Amino acid sequence: MTRTVEVRSGAYRDSVGLMQISTQLRTLPGVEAALVAMATELNVELLDSMGFDRPASTSPNDMLVAIEAADDDAVAEALRVLEAALTAAPAPGGEGATDVAPPTVLAAARRSPARLALISTPGAVAAIDAADALGAGLDVMVFSDNVAVEHEIALKEMAADNGLLVMGPDCGTAVIDGIGLGFANVVRPGPVAIVAASGTGAQHLMALLDGAGVGVTHCVGVGGRDLSDQVRGRSTLAALDRLDADDSVTTIVVVSKPPADDVADLVTAHADGLRTPTVLGYLGPGRPDITATAQRVVEATGATWQQPRRWGGDAPLPRDGDLRGLFTGGTLCDEAMLIATQQLGPLASNIPLAGGTRLDADLASQGHTFIDFGDDQLTVGRPHPMIDPTLRLERLAVEVADPSCAVVMLDVVLGHGAHTDQATDLAAAIRDADTPVVVSLVGTRDDPQGIEAQAQTLAGAGAIVHASNAAATREALSLLGQHAHKDMP
Amino acid sequence: MTTTPTGDLTVVTAGAAMFADTLRSQGVATTEVSWLPPVAGSEGALTSVMLDRRRTAANAQALDAMTAAGASLVDVRPARDALGLDAGHFLHAGPPIDWERMSGPLRGALVGAVVYEGLVETPEQAERRLAAGDFSFEPAHHLGAVGPMAGVVSPSMWMFELHDDVHDRRSWCSLNEGLGKVLRYGAYSPDVIDRLRWMGDVLGPALQTATRSAGPIDVLAIVAQMIQMGDEGHNRNRAGTLMLLKEWLPALIRSGLPTDDVAAVVEFVSGNDHFFLNVVMPACKLMTVAGNGVPGSTVVTTMARNGTDFGIQVSGLGDRWFTGPAQVAEGLYLANFGPDDANPDIGDSAITETAGIGGFAMATAPAIVRFVGGTVADALATTRRMYDLCVGENRRWALPIMDFRGTPTGIDATSVLRTGQLPQINTGMAGRVAGVGQVGAGLVSPPMECFEAAVEGLAEAVPPTA
Repeated sequence: MTRTVEVRSGAYRDSVGLMQISTQLRTLPGVEAALVAMATELNVELLDSMGFDRPASTSPNDMLVAIEAADDDAVAEALRVLEAALTAAPAPGGEGATDVAPPTVLAAARRSPARLALISTPGAVAAIDAADALGAGLDVMVFSDNVAVEHEIALKEMAADNGLLVMGPDCGTAVIDGIGLGFANVVRPGPVAIVAASGTGAQHLMALLDGAGVGVTHCVGVGGRDLSDQVRGRSTLAALDRLDADDSVTTIVVVSKPPADDVADLVTAHADGLRTPTVLGYLGPGRPDITATAQRVVEATGATWQQPRRWGGDAPLPRDGDLRGLFTGGTLCDEAMLIATQQLGPLASNIPLAGGTRLDADLASQGHTFIDFGDDQLTVGRPHPMIDPTLRLERLAVEVADPSCAVVMLDVVLGHGAHTDQATDLAAAIRDADTPVVVSLVGTRDDPQGIEAQAQTLAGAGAIVHASNAAATREALSLLGQHAHKDMP
Repeated sequence: MTTTPTGDLTVVTAGAAMFADTLRSQGVATTEVSWLPPVAGSEGALTSVMLDRRRTAANAQALDAMTAAGASLVDVRPARDALGLDAGHFLHAGPPIDWERMSGPLRGALVGAVVYEGLVETPEQAERRLAAGDFSFEPAHHLGAVGPMAGVVSPSMWMFELHDDVHDRRSWCSLNEGLGKVLRYGAYSPDVIDRLRWMGDVLGPALQTATRSAGPIDVLAIVAQMIQMGDEGHNRNRAGTLMLLKEWLPALIRSGLPTDDVAAVVEFVSGNDHFFLNVVMPACKLMTVAGNGVPGSTVVTTMARNGTDFGIQVSGLGDRWFTGPAQVAEGLYLANFGPDDANPDIGDSAITETAGIGGFAMATAPAIVRFVGGTVADALATTRRMYDLCVGENRRWALPIMDFRGTPTGIDATSVLRTGQLPQINTGMAGRVAGVGQVGAGLVSPPMECFEAAVEGLAEAVPPTA
C-alpha cells in the first residue's frame, strides 16, 4: 500500500470541481482512497480521519492532494489523471461558449474542431487572416488573389515552422478528403492526389480523370507562384509530403506551369524521394497538354483511357478570319494559346505567352485574340467571371458581331462555387450568332450543374462542346480558313 | 488530411459567404468568421505584425508568464520606505503628463498631496508651486506601482506591498480612502486631508501589524474566490474586501492596539466595498508586468489613464507608452451630477482589465450590471467578446457562469485593430473640476489610436526576414 500527501499552494479551485475530481480518482484501478480539496479546517480533519498524515502547515488557499493506492504505479496514474483533470479545458457548452459571432479566424477556431481555414477576404488584408489561421494551428487555403509575394513567402515560412500547409494565395480550387473547397468539381473518391499550382488546370485534370472513371481524393492547390524563383515550391514540397503519408493515395500528380530550373530540380529530387509514384505534369511549350497528362495518370493507375467526350453537330465549313478566345480559367486560356500558337503564330492576349502581343487596357482585339477574364487585373473589385458572367457575355456579343471574328472559343467551368447555369446564359447569345462557337466544358457528372445538362444546352444552341480543352482548341483551329495559318503567305 | 476520415472535416471560413454555403451543401460543418475589415490605415502594420514568426510563441510566453505570476500581500508601509520616494516627489496614474495638460482631478489630487505632506499651508500655494515646477512627479507605473483614479502617491502615504515569488518582483498601491469626496477623485478639502492623516497614523500601522503577522496573504487566491462571489474586481470588490479583512482580523485583535483603533480600522475597511481594489490592482500589475518585454508579443500589458491621455504598453515593446485622448465614461451619475460634470477617464485601475478581470469578467458580476448601464445578457456578451480579443484564459480564475472557463486574459492589440472592438473597462468617474470628487461610475473604452500606434511600433520592430 502506498500513500502520498501533497500540498499545492496558490492553486485555488472551487470545492464542487474538486469533489468531482476526487470521485474520478477513486474509481481508478488500485486506488483505495483519494482526497483533492482545498485545505480548509474541515478538509484537513477529513484527511486526518482518512488516516493520512496531517501536513505541517496549510492555509485554506492551499490544495490538498492525498492518494492511497495499491502501489507506486497506481499513485502515479492517479496523479496523471489529476493533472489532466486540473488542466482540461472545460467542455464549451451552453450559450456561454458560442453566443457571440467569432470576429477572427482564431476566435472561430476556438469554437470549432476545424483544422482548416478557407480565407477569401480582400487580397490586401488576406495575409492577416491567413496568418491568424496558421497561428491557430490550422492549415489554410487562401482563395484571395492580389496577395503580395513577400507575404506569401512569409505565410509559407510560418506554416513550415508549425508543420502546416498554405494553399494559395489565389488558390481557386482544392479537394480535401473528397470535399470541394472554393471552385471545386464533385469528383468520385479514388487513388489520385493532385498538387496544383493552377486552379482551372487542376479542375480540368480532375474532371478528365473523373470522366475516365478515375477518382481523386485530394487536390492541394498551392497558388500560381509557388514554383516561382521567389517562393521556391515551399507549399508544393509540403503538400507532396502530406500526400505521400496518406495510404489511400497511390498516384500523385503535380500540375503547374514549368517551374524555374533549379526549383524544378528541387521538386524532381523531392518527388524521387517519395514512396508514392509521382507524375510531374508541367504544362508549357513542347510539353504534354492537360488531356495528355490525364491519360498518363489514368494509365499509371492501371485504368483504361477513353477519349473525352464531344457534343454538338458536324463541324461547319472553315471560315476566314480570327480566332477569339474568351476564357474564365487562366490555365485553360494558356493551354489553348499554346496549342493555337503552333498553328497561328504569336497571339494577342491580356496574359500573352512569350513572343505574344499584350493587349491594351481596353482589351480591344488584335487579330487572333485570347482574353482571360479571371486575370487578377480584371477581378479587382468585381466577382470572378465563373461567378458573374456579365463581362464575358458582353464581350461575346461584341465578337459574334465582329466580321473579322471567324470562330469564338469559350470555356465553361462547372462545380461548387461556379455560376449555377452559365450554359443557359451563353446559349442565348450563341443561338443568335452566325459565328461558330466552340466550348471547352470542364465539369463532372456529379457537379451541381451536371456536365450532361450543360453540354446539351450549349450544343442545343449550336455550339460544339468538348470535355477536353485541348480537343476544343484543335477543333476551333480546324474551323479557321487556310490563310489564317502561319505557314501560309 | 491524412488523419481526417471523410465526413469529419470542419472548416473555418472568412470572407465570401458562398464558400461556406458550398461547404454546407456538401454536408461539411463550417464556422464562419463574422469578418470586418481592419481599422482603416492599419493594414500594412497589421500584416507585418501578424506575419512575424515570433508572434504566436511570444504571445503564449507572455500569457504563461502572466498566469504563472504570484501575488501575495507581504507588507504595508509608507511610500518613502517602500518606493524610496523623496520629499517633493509624487506619483500619479496613467502615462506621463505635465502640469499644463493635466485635468482637474489630477491637479486636485496633487494639490491635496502637497498639502498633506506639509510642504505648503494652503491649496492655493500648492497649486502655485506645482505650476511653477517646484515639485516633481512621474507615473506610478514607472516604479512598478499603480494607483486608482488620480493615483497620486506622496512619500508619507502608506502602501500595500505585494510580492510575486515566482518572478521575485514587487508592486505597490496606496490604501483605499473610500468613496465620494476623496483625494483620488481630486478632492482636497480639510476632511479629505484629515482622513489621509488618520490613515497614516492609525490605519497603515494597524494593517502593517496585521499583515506582518498574518501574511503573506495570497491575493490571487482571494481573487479566484471573489470572482465566484459576484465581484469582478474593479467596480465590485465587496466579497474580496471581506475575505481580506477575515485574513487580518485575528492578528488585529491580538495586536494589542487600542480597542477603539481596532474597531475603527475594521469599520473603515468593512465599510468600504472598494477597499480591496487597491490590493487587486498591484496583484494585476504583478501579473501583467510578468508578461511584459517578450520580443514579438502583441499582448497589452498596461492600460492606464491620467485624465487627459489614455496610455497602453505592449509586451513586445516593453515600457513604451502609446497614447490617445481619454474618453468620458458612459454610466450612472451620483446626486445631481451629469455628463458635463465628468472628467475624461482616469486611473491605473484598468490594470484589472489588462489582467482579465473588471469589465472582462463582467459576466460574473450580475449585481452591478445595471449600475454600469446594462442587462445580465449584456454582461455575458461582454465577457464573450473579450475572450475573442485575448490570447488565452487564466485557468486560476474560473467563471462559473461561463462553464468555469478561465477569465479572458492577454488582450491582443492586433485583435483590437482587426475587429474594431475595444476592451471594455468598468470605471468610476471623477468630477471635471478639482476638488469635486466622484460623480458617477460606468463603462469606458480606450481610444483606438493607442492600439494603432502600438501595432505601428510593433511593425517597426519586426526583424527583417532572412
